[in-house]
Amino acid sequence: MVSPKRRKSKSVYAPTPTLSAEETHILAILVNNEPGVLARVIGLFSGRGYNIESLTVAETNHTDHLSRITIVSTGTPEFIHQIKTQLDRLVPVLEVSDLSVEGDFVERELALVKVACTGEKRIEALRCADIFRARAVDSTLESFVFEITGTTQKVNAFIDLMEPLGLVDVSRTGIAAISRGTKAIGVI
Amino acid sequence: MSSKAKKQESIIAKITPSKPKAKAKEMTGAEMVINALVEQGVDTIFGYPGGAVLPIYDEIFKSKKIKHVLVRQEGGALHAAEGYARSTGKVGCALVTSGPGATNAVTGLADAMLDSIPLVCLTGQVPSFLIGTDAFQEADTVGITRPCTKHNYLVKDVNELASVVHEAFHIARSGRPGPVVIDIPKDIQFANGDYVNAKEAKMHTHYRPETEPDMEAIEEAVALMASAKRPVFYTGGGVINSGPEASELLREFVKLTGFPVTSTLMGLGAYPAREKEWLGMLGMHGTFEANWAMHDCDVMINIGARFDDRVTGRTDKFSPNSEKIHVDIDASSINKNIQIDIPIVADAASALRAMIDVWKKKGYKADADAMTKWWAQINTWRSKNCLAYKKDKTIIKPQYALERLRHFMEKDKRDTYVTTEVGQHQMWAAQFLPFNEPNRWMTSGGLGTMGYGLPAAVGVQMAHPDAFVVDVAGEASILMNIQEMSTAVQYRLPVKIFILNNQWMGMVRQWQELLHGERYSESYTESLPDFVKLAEAYGGIGLRAQTVDELDGVIEEMMNTDRVTIVDVCVDQKENCFPMIPSGKAHNEMILSPDAAAFDKTLV
Repeated sequence: MVSPKRRKSKSVYAPTPTLSAEETHILAILVNNEPGVLARVIGLFSGRGYNIESLTVAETNHTDHLSRITIVSTGTPEFIHQIKTQLDRLVPVLEVSDLSVEGDFVERELALVKVACTGEKRIEALRCADIFRARAVDSTLESFVFEITGTTQKVNAFIDLMEPLGLVDVSRTGIAAISRGTKAIGVI
Repeated sequence: MSSKAKKQESIIAKITPSKPKAKAKEMTGAEMVINALVEQGVDTIFGYPGGAVLPIYDEIFKSKKIKHVLVRQEGGALHAAEGYARSTGKVGCALVTSGPGATNAVTGLADAMLDSIPLVCLTGQVPSFLIGTDAFQEADTVGITRPCTKHNYLVKDVNELASVVHEAFHIARSGRPGPVVIDIPKDIQFANGDYVNAKEAKMHTHYRPETEPDMEAIEEAVALMASAKRPVFYTGGGVINSGPEASELLREFVKLTGFPVTSTLMGLGAYPAREKEWLGMLGMHGTFEANWAMHDCDVMINIGARFDDRVTGRTDKFSPNSEKIHVDIDASSINKNIQIDIPIVADAASALRAMIDVWKKKGYKADADAMTKWWAQINTWRSKNCLAYKKDKTIIKPQYALERLRHFMEKDKRDTYVTTEVGQHQMWAAQFLPFNEPNRWMTSGGLGTMGYGLPAAVGVQMAHPDAFVVDVAGEASILMNIQEMSTAVQYRLPVKIFILNNQWMGMVRQWQELLHGERYSESYTESLPDFVKLAEAYGGIGLRAQTVDELDGVIEEMMNTDRVTIVDVCVDQKENCFPMIPSGKAHNEMILSPDAAAFDKTLV
């Protein structure tokens, strides 16, 4: 066990530098949809000790086989700058856009939420779903599957609400995000 | 906005797989590989055969244009290719088999990645239908090598193979150079397909590294330089990688401005060590004057170096009062470790050319008064004579051995190339040997790979058969790839191996002595081979110097041997490498040899 007291560094490396405050960023990355490209992008995050909070990926341009990867990550501004330039030098990466600093954007997440309940709880679940504009996409006499779309906060709030009503399973897509207005990533 | 995006006219990932053209030449995958290598200008390939690359070895057997150098372990092939690449400026090429062949190559790839050495490594792979079945000698080569290559490929269609090889060479040599792996399953090597020549190869169309500088930034940088009172050039491997022209331009610019110049370990030779503007290497074991100049400067001009932690020391105390200009071809190097005032993403030669143009056009002149003062200050630092060491009449000091080697190398009429292993001897070599031309110094800087020097020397000597090539080594490092002696003998390469033998892993011992309470844990080698007999056993020549009196004679003999030669120089076991910036310290807190006794060991 490492002693909780910080010993004076005897390492051959300089002490850990002080870091600025962390912030959350949404990166949109346009890549060639070729084998291994996701591993390259993800490996860059894990290899450099960066965290991925959410990841969404799908082919968005079928003629040219381009995929869009949306990654939510938290770190200092220096880290975000570094990860952007690191991503940019990967051969199959066409463009990296930091949506959270390049103007207004829209973000959405979809979740499928399974609730198992009967009686009064069942009615309450439906009522809450209505308030959150969640749709029931599957139903048995003992369960519902709700589909809910919105910001991460909204999805979180809905899931929290379902917890006491019999929440049993959740599947979330992760964030998809796009800038507002006419601006676009890449030239399509 | 991404630079790639700006330039992007069309986003076509790859020109869609070609329909066979009427005139396309059909051949097997293995033939394509050799054809493409020849087209890419490869004349020497370093490799080791095995089951999954035999079809390519069949073609090597037939080929008259490519010379294959059989190493004794795949790691050797990669370092040899690195030595070849770094001493010629061309792309080095290696060929290894699947599984263990590829995993042995990993260290060399990681080494080339960190030092930005252009390499293409071809690896065999089990046949496509066996991939993923834990087949004999199967390894996930692209998975394993992804983080230690600039790019890698698993070829799944023989019709793409030629294009992939062409693109691999383009990627390896362009932008910030680096290693590229092409993993080729055996069935692809056997399959027939259409050869595509380099001009028609389909490539990632948006891979276009920026090489030309932004002129606004250049003008701003040059104006800042003209106003500088205490400027310093801090140059790195980027100047070497950019090609000989960059070194010429650096020399011109330094002479034009009269500014002092220092360099990283990787950049030695870009500016001649014999010139008066040269401060010596900087960093952890750099010279007193270089590190103090970096610390006290008001304008720092970084050309092709990356603020490595061995250079900066403690980053929050790094050159606190300077405005920093950083020229780097890799945008991710800028602002990575140190905040930059004027970033310039460009090739070193292009940036230097532009800077010289602006300097001349605007008629700038360095501030003469300020420069006189600055040089006076630098000369005070120089007078510390920081590389001084205590001479001995009988025991050979490692520094003395290198000074004598330097003496004989300077007298020699041949072109001289130096490779090193990693450790104390490497730092001493950087401090004491003459580096006056680029591409003459091959060392593992970023990764610090023990065992690099001998195979690298093999690669250098293959490229320059008439040159004098010496691997300055330690007795611990050399044993990591000693098997390449056999390669050197086979190809009659008169590589010299100059071992500074102190029986210790010297740098480890130095850290243990200074920072770990003299607990010499596992850093002493109790059993070493007799290096003279070892050299003879391999078919080379073995020499030994145990006293100062013997040294000159032995070096002189070594200079003229016609075969691979080991010189076992038995040096002082206790010598430490100074100057030294202890960890967590700033440039102005470096310690010199006479201070070592007073060095407070509890501080670090």
